[in-house]
Amino acid sequence: MAPEADEGTDTRAWREAYRRAPLREVPFETMSGVPLEPVYGGSPLPGRFPYTRGVHASMYRSRLWTMRMFAGFGGAADTNLRFRELLAAGGTGLSTAFDMPTLMGADSDDPRSRGEVGRAGVAVDTLADVEELYAGIDLGSVSTSMTVNGPAPVLFAMYIAAAERSGVARADLSGTIQNDILKEYQAQKEFIFPPRESVRLVTDMIAFTTAQMPRWNPVSISGYHIREAGSTAVQELAFTLANGFAYVEAEIAAGLEVDAFAPRLSFFFNCHNDFFEEICKLRAARRIWARWMRDRYGAADERSLLCRFHTQTAGVSLTAAQPEVNIARVAIQALAAVLGGTQSLHTDAFDEALALPTDRAARIALRTQQVIAHETGVTNVADPLGGSDYVEWLTDELERLAGEVFDHLLELGGGSILEGVYAGIEDGYFVGEIADAAYRFEREVNAGRRIIVGVNAFTEGNDEQVRDTLRIDPEVERCQLARLAAVRSARDGAAVERCLREVGACAADPARNIMPPLIDAVTALATEGEIVATLAAVLGTHVERIVV
Amino acid sequence: MTGAPPRIVLAKLGFDGHDRGLKIVARILRDAGMEVVYLGLRQTPEGVAAVAEQEDADAVGISMHNASHLTLGPAMVEALRALGLATPVVVGGIVPADDAETLRAAGVAAVLGPGASAPEVVAAVRRVAVPDDG
Amino acid sequence: MSPSPSPGPAALLRVARGGDRRAVARLITLVERGGDTALEIAGLLPAADDAGHVIGITGAPGAGKSSLTGRLLACLADAGRTPAVLAVDPSSPLTGGAILGDRVRMDGFAAGAFVRSMATRGQQGGLAFAVPATTRLLAHLGFDPVIVETTGVGQVEVDIASAADTTVLVTSPGWGDAVQANKAGLLELADVLVVNKADRPGARDARRDLELMLDLGHISGLEARAGRRPEIVLTVATTGDGVPELLAAADAHRASLAAGDGLVARRRRGRRLELAATLERSLRALVDTAMDTPAGRRVLADVEAGTMSPADACAVLLAGMGPQPPRGA
Repeated sequence: MAPEADEGTDTRAWREAYRRAPLREVPFETMSGVPLEPVYGGSPLPGRFPYTRGVHASMYRSRLWTMRMFAGFGGAADTNLRFRELLAAGGTGLSTAFDMPTLMGADSDDPRSRGEVGRAGVAVDTLADVEELYAGIDLGSVSTSMTVNGPAPVLFAMYIAAAERSGVARADLSGTIQNDILKEYQAQKEFIFPPRESVRLVTDMIAFTTAQMPRWNPVSISGYHIREAGSTAVQELAFTLANGFAYVEAEIAAGLEVDAFAPRLSFFFNCHNDFFEEICKLRAARRIWARWMRDRYGAADERSLLCRFHTQTAGVSLTAAQPEVNIARVAIQALAAVLGGTQSLHTDAFDEALALPTDRAARIALRTQQVIAHETGVTNVADPLGGSDYVEWLTDELERLAGEVFDHLLELGGGSILEGVYAGIEDGYFVGEIADAAYRFEREVNAGRRIIVGVNAFTEGNDEQVRDTLRIDPEVERCQLARLAAVRSARDGAAVERCLREVGACAADPARNIMPPLIDAVTALATEGEIVATLAAVLGTHVERIVV
Repeated sequence: MTGAPPRIVLAKLGFDGHDRGLKIVARILRDAGMEVVYLGLRQTPEGVAAVAEQEDADAVGISMHNASHLTLGPAMVEALRALGLATPVVVGGIVPADDAETLRAAGVAAVLGPGASAPEVVAAVRRVAVPDDG
Repeated sequence: MSPSPSPGPAALLRVARGGDRRAVARLITLVERGGDTALEIAGLLPAADDAGHVIGITGAPGAGKSSLTGRLLACLADAGRTPAVLAVDPSSPLTGGAILGDRVRMDGFAAGAFVRSMATRGQQGGLAFAVPATTRLLAHLGFDPVIVETTGVGQVEVDIASAADTTVLVTSPGWGDAVQANKAGLLELADVLVVNKADRPGARDARRDLELMLDLGHISGLEARAGRRPEIVLTVATTGDGVPELLAAADAHRASLAAGDGLVARRRRGRRLELAATLERSLRALVDTAMDTPAGRRVLADVEAGTMSPADACAVLLAGMGPQPPRGA
């Protein structure tokens, strides 16, 4: 496509930005010693509008992507030990995975939690668990990522309360909470309250962090789960950005200036097997976001225009047959994420289709990123595929196809993406589209029109068993129940009651911000389940319309 | 009478929200001519058993992706038996091979591991879900 | 499955009358499969049982019927009543399979209720063939009311209106449901009109549209034919607002029918249509059988080759069938 006059043609501005960027102390040359330019080809240049070629002028010459690995299982003490090992080894970021009951706002002693306590992440019921989770860690000097959505405000309140009790002011906290509720209705299904009520909570958290926590990213808009649910790359791209626009519209409607909050919105994408499509998807995402933020929402601050994202390789692409072959898949997907200009990357462990990953498999996954970063040379030049006719055409095409989805949502919402997303959730548009895509893919595999190595072709060797998989000790569940019972019996019941009433009253008044009463309630040791039940009594709960 | 389609109840137990596989299985079974009562996410063993009773189901299929199959698989079988139902239970999803044996020992009629193909799914369900001729 | 021999219909019915849900479920399966066993069960029920109340709930996809039905179940449970629901969804015309997903939105409220999903099984575009026989069975077993919930597309509304004592048409604001319903002639069939999602903008407009169309119906004589102006109820299925009023409206409709000869007339009409449907189904089975004989295949080949006219072929085949009473269906 023909770049518009103002789009990235400013070579001098790029050169100036590159000159100011600190560079890593490595030779930027090929293995043969051929010196390399920081970027090849013309406009648009990296770090310049519309950022198709990357968000920074120098890209990985200045800083490699963050190699973020997800941790958390068992009780808080187990995960705390892992965190401290990680920090001792020079890490600066903690990534926290919670167990399913915590993610669904249920206490460990809820009958529905049976069998799931501490399984897929760490179990958190009260502030006491969060304090133990981060015990001995200076929360003012680390960056924490919390993967939680439905009950995000409650867990966030616990994190703030734990930090302040340890003497760290909330303004000094840095990190990211996923808090992307819209994709839950579309894909991951970890919702509790109805969509509009949930978005009000997201809005409250964005407003709260905008006012009081300048170093916190209050939402990570996630396409990852949409893709894992079976969507195509185009659907992932379009639905994710639409959700981003929806939050922007909700925030603007709540009275915030777009440049006050937009710089701290970030994204989370999937990276699947179709190498060039994935790269072009990431390039298109940056371009679409920049254009919409500038042209539709009137953002003026350059940081509001940048689509910065974390990427994870596609767990759904991993096969149980010949699991070691997944190492190759993950490597190719990770390479695509890097060529697509990701800011952060998680590589999946090869045994994830079988069970929770083992240490060994997780280490191989991390080593895969290190090979790409340090051995392949792809970090020398920004957007090395830019300028290829194929890559530029496919980027344009994905942008066009995403545009069709935006048009549909605008039509559904009478000119509002936010209302269109609500309507699409309500009438089953998103889940229907995703289910259709997943089934189409499955039928292609079954019919042999699409080859999956080890699954419907090249199956010699499939009978080899991988025996070494991680198991969680059922003792974890028993210990957590005992801990929770102890907290319940030791706390001031009247204070808990009082705080919960206040949470309910605040929830009923959309003009008030939910965070302050939540911080009081968790400090009084109200449990996550009690607080969520209080909120649900006011906000209602959501049951999805089944679209198979 | 012959030719009545098998009736299958499909559900996910517990909090895990990965329903891509279950939805695909629902369509596979429908396209194989079966009637699928689709309950989707966040079901309990007792709730699914009550549904299986009312629906006179020929089989119950549950999908697990969160390592709680060893707790919830047997719980599903027990919940059905508590209502006096002999309905066979099929467990699918991420189930390690070792655990499949444990589940079968606990009364699970069939286990479909990760990567089971459409014909394998249909064959396993047909094998256990025989509409009895009452 | 259980190795013990299955009990016969009479024994099942005895146990079901005692409240055994497994027996109820089994009986429905047998009714649904049709044939001699279904006839036997029908024969075990009183011939002209005018007890009970069958409520049909229909409307466009997305109007919120299942959630509303769920709330209705909760309301009925509060009133100490034991309802049953038949949730009807279409079978695939190609494979005969079906995905039945409506009960999920009811189960949270359905404590004590009996909910059964039913596929249309070859009744293309219409209601499942077994619905009238099943509602009669459930009413006989004391379920009150028996609710038939189905997505209103095409022939279904007409069928449900003949299978139900009270037909509830659910619309929602902003989607033009009311206008569509009017175009399709559904307002003639509805006994109670619901505007669901009444907390949304446009609910009052939707109500006004319905009132207006009923007024026009009054002028054109529609209301005179239907006998009674349908009540309009505003509901919010997500909160349960308006659901007690909906139940009251349905009960009032039943009472007004029973006060005159309306109920008897409706059930007579229902049975008449059921007979017609049974007859059609039997004839179709007969036709399929006739076409699948050596003679039938010969005639078919001649018609395909163009050496025999369809009219002549029809005469030949009809003569070959002879008079024989169809059994079951």
